[in-house]
Amino acid sequence: MSLENTFIIDGVPISFEPDQTVLQAALKADVFIPHLCFYPGLKPNGNCKLCTVIVNGRHTSACTTLARPGIEVENNTPELNDKRRLMLQMLFVEGNHFCPGCEKSGNCQLQALAYELEMMTPHFNHFFQTRKVDASHPEAFLDMNRCITCGLCAQASSEIDKKNIFALSGRGMASRVVINTPSGKLGDSNFALSDKAASVCPVGAILPKRSGFTVPIGQRIYDNLPISSQTEFLTVRKA
Amino acid sequence: MSLVNSSAGGVLEPVLERYSRNPVHLMQILRETQERLDFIPKWAVNYLAEALALPRTQVQAVIDFYAFFYDSPRGKYRILFSDNVTDRMQGNAALLSRMLSRFGLVQGQISGDGLVSIDTTSCTGMCDQGPALLINNYPVTQLSSQRIDQICDLIESQTPLVEWPTEFFRVEDNIHRKDVLLSTEMINGQALKRAVELGPQGMLAEMKASNFRGRGGAGFTTAVKWEACKNAPGETRYVICNADEGEPGTFKDRVLLASFSERVFEGITIAGYTIGASKGLVYLRAEYRYMLEKLQAVLEARRKANLLGKDILGQKGFDFDIEIHMGAGAYVCGEETALIESLEGKPGRPRIRPPFPVTYGYLGQPSIVNNVETLAKVTLIAQNGGAWYQGLGTKLSTGTKLLSISGDCDRPGIYEYSFGVRINKILEDCGARNAMAIQVGGASGTCLAQHEFGRKIAFEDVSTSGSFMVLGSNRDMFEVARNFVHFFKHESCGFCTPCRVGTALMCNILDKIADGRGTSYEMKELSRVHQLLRTASHCGLGQSAGRPVYDTLQKFRPSYDRRLKQKDFEPAFDLDATLAPAREIMERDDPDAHLGADL
Amino acid sequence: MLSAQETVKKKLRVATTSLSGCFGCHMSLLDMDEKLLDLIELVEFDRSPITDIKHCGVCDIGIIEGSVCNSENVHVLHEFRNSCRTLIALGACAVNGGLPALRNGLDVREILREAYFEQTGVVSNTIPNDVEVPLLLDKVRPINEVVRVDYFVPGCPPSGDAIFKFLTDLASGRTPRLDYPQMRFD
Repeated sequence: MSLENTFIIDGVPISFEPDQTVLQAALKADVFIPHLCFYPGLKPNGNCKLCTVIVNGRHTSACTTLARPGIEVENNTPELNDKRRLMLQMLFVEGNHFCPGCEKSGNCQLQALAYELEMMTPHFNHFFQTRKVDASHPEAFLDMNRCITCGLCAQASSEIDKKNIFALSGRGMASRVVINTPSGKLGDSNFALSDKAASVCPVGAILPKRSGFTVPIGQRIYDNLPISSQTEFLTVRKA
Repeated sequence: MSLVNSSAGGVLEPVLERYSRNPVHLMQILRETQERLDFIPKWAVNYLAEALALPRTQVQAVIDFYAFFYDSPRGKYRILFSDNVTDRMQGNAALLSRMLSRFGLVQGQISGDGLVSIDTTSCTGMCDQGPALLINNYPVTQLSSQRIDQICDLIESQTPLVEWPTEFFRVEDNIHRKDVLLSTEMINGQALKRAVELGPQGMLAEMKASNFRGRGGAGFTTAVKWEACKNAPGETRYVICNADEGEPGTFKDRVLLASFSERVFEGITIAGYTIGASKGLVYLRAEYRYMLEKLQAVLEARRKANLLGKDILGQKGFDFDIEIHMGAGAYVCGEETALIESLEGKPGRPRIRPPFPVTYGYLGQPSIVNNVETLAKVTLIAQNGGAWYQGLGTKLSTGTKLLSISGDCDRPGIYEYSFGVRINKILEDCGARNAMAIQVGGASGTCLAQHEFGRKIAFEDVSTSGSFMVLGSNRDMFEVARNFVHFFKHESCGFCTPCRVGTALMCNILDKIADGRGTSYEMKELSRVHQLLRTASHCGLGQSAGRPVYDTLQKFRPSYDRRLKQKDFEPAFDLDATLAPAREIMERDDPDAHLGADL
Repeated sequence: MLSAQETVKKKLRVATTSLSGCFGCHMSLLDMDEKLLDLIELVEFDRSPITDIKHCGVCDIGIIEGSVCNSENVHVLHEFRNSCRTLIALGACAVNGGLPALRNGLDVREILREAYFEQTGVVSNTIPNDVEVPLLLDKVRPINEVVRVDYFVPGCPPSGDAIFKFLTDLASGRTPRLDYPQMRFD
């Protein structure tokens, strides 16, 4: 490990390749940094802020910060984890996340991070916003109650699928995913379950119809192993 | 809509043609569409998306993002009361309810006949002559009960705006103190001529010598920005003038554009000459729409005088022109990368930095984004030299600063001071005899208490973009902070988690305290949320959104404490009110149908 | 001496109730099987479906299952908060509203109209309005939005193991923590 291509994360040297971000290099080196809106193969967009780290004394997103030789990164500290827990709580009270009734439960990255960071309660007062479910597509449904507006579906749809079916619209708490059809319905688009956009959602907002709860409890992705022990899984997923 | 698609082309084609069907001009195309149709109907969205080869979601996203674009009909007369804290202090609330009750409306509602809609909007930059409102995007200042009644009469009689008394729309400059910028006579082209004599390198050297720092608030050294852009690889370069003056309490750029626009345009041209750009863009906030035609006429005159266009001043190859781009109601676009996104016809969400605009700006090309005041002052440096300018102000903050002074003082308006002026001196000059606090730099700025009035306006002490709101001793600082936090919630772009949710949480907490239901629990929550906003937010908006609360908690704590209950906890909501819908449908009002205060 | 102190150590007095819940969390409490015998060495029950005591006396720990759906829930929750030194939200409904909160997107008046006027088989065409009938809140709330809550045990339901771990931690003076597989939202 030469000094030219290493940086320090929580006191441990990590090697990186050119153009790798702090997050990519860390995951590759089996060092977990919490994240939701990053997906390998898609351009990092840095909106969830769960991967907030301190680089040379400054708070920044690990997913959008390029690794540089010799930088010192604070990651797994009580202070940062407290902030990340706060942001998870914000996401939980912003949407309507009812895990017991969600097909994604056990495979959900939001939930897995809540387990990882021991989020025992959403803490803040719930907004209980009325959000829509779009069941117009024959093979998939959208449940906006669960959406965290990370934008991964929009990115996958434009960058990988070249279909531009999803986009983010609105501002502030009214931000939401919209569908690129005159009716605004997914059923009127050329969306297919084989699209990359169908599989990048970190929560249960985009799911196939008629196939919920197929994996028994106990065998789902995050049932037994915390997400922090699954860095390999998180890096081999490819958009 | 009664308009059928066949006529859609009739309305939209001339607009599309004027903008060469270039999707980068989406904002302007939508603005002109709305000016013709009063709102942007679905058929127009579909038509424009197809004509511009954009996903219709992008057109929709732009309409959704900006406060002044509407996808459904608003009133024929669209009233928006400016709701800055200074408007509140001038009594806008009573005027708003007066108008609402006259039309029998609630805030945000459209009258049944579609005649009028009444709502509030963020600071419109008329703080020295408020309370103010916008009617169909045109400002009406110096509101009084009488003026409100007159407006209501004119609306009821459906009098077209052009027939309204012109004094309603009069916007004063209110310049009370002039220093080198405001008092120096301007001869069009003179500064530009001097810059051309110096050559791009020479002009840059003068900028360096002046040690001039940007007047938008951040105080970055202008010459460093220019040089980085000049040296960055690119096919072309852009000068962007940030006239999105949205910081509550600031209106100096409005005055510069109204009465010193030649200076601003000449500064832009000099910047373009220095960095080797061929195009300048002015991003003008929607609230200043009323100036557009006048500014365009000034540009046209400058073209005729060969101060813009091809071979400017006879210099072969010095081609430069300026375009004005209207915003559509989004404070966050004052952030330079959000502004560039907006210029490109997108929602104004701040980009990830780096790369910075000097290397990757408008359309991916090297760009400088400078404040209106910065660019106006460039002309002085060209005329008089960097060494002269460097001698003004303080060592770290050279030159002068325009302050927009409003609030509890006798002479609100524009004041130009050399940097280093003390707050006390300013207060004396503007006739603020009873100040308890000064909010310097707007909602995202600093709240100063009396013991700090000896401090100086300078980058090294109290830094400001120019907003200076005086709060008299009778003011309630809790309500000041609450007004600002609501402003931030309204203006949050929604991109990052902490700002999107955190500003909304903070509003709810402050509203609960205002409602008399706050406890020490809420006080702890405020500081936790602020710490997160400050460190984890994507841009300056979120980072400073908790600042008004933090400052007032430090300096005006009793204004919070006196609202708190002597309990450690209060429910998140009013328990008894939450039973009201059930009481209604069950037709009950017995004691058991209520949750009393005994709980 | 130490052992003598231990033998006279008072058992923790615990009260439990279900507000708007399915009693699944209580079933889970029973589902700790033989560990119940260990638990009963540490705690004794006050108001609880197990004892059928109707009102909560002074307790060390109050355990709340279910969300706050109606006015009676509010009264019971306050009785617990006023009587118990430590209050625990047990299970998804108490922690975040749970499945009952799925009705929060609907207007209470519409819900009652639908249930009493429009359902097939409904004949009475009146909404019960006896003073004994508790009123519905306009929105279902987790308990921490109504009273101060000290601890939260998520899960639908939390496993018997999770409940046992939590209570034994509390009884022995440790800040309660759940091990990874016990930490579940479903």
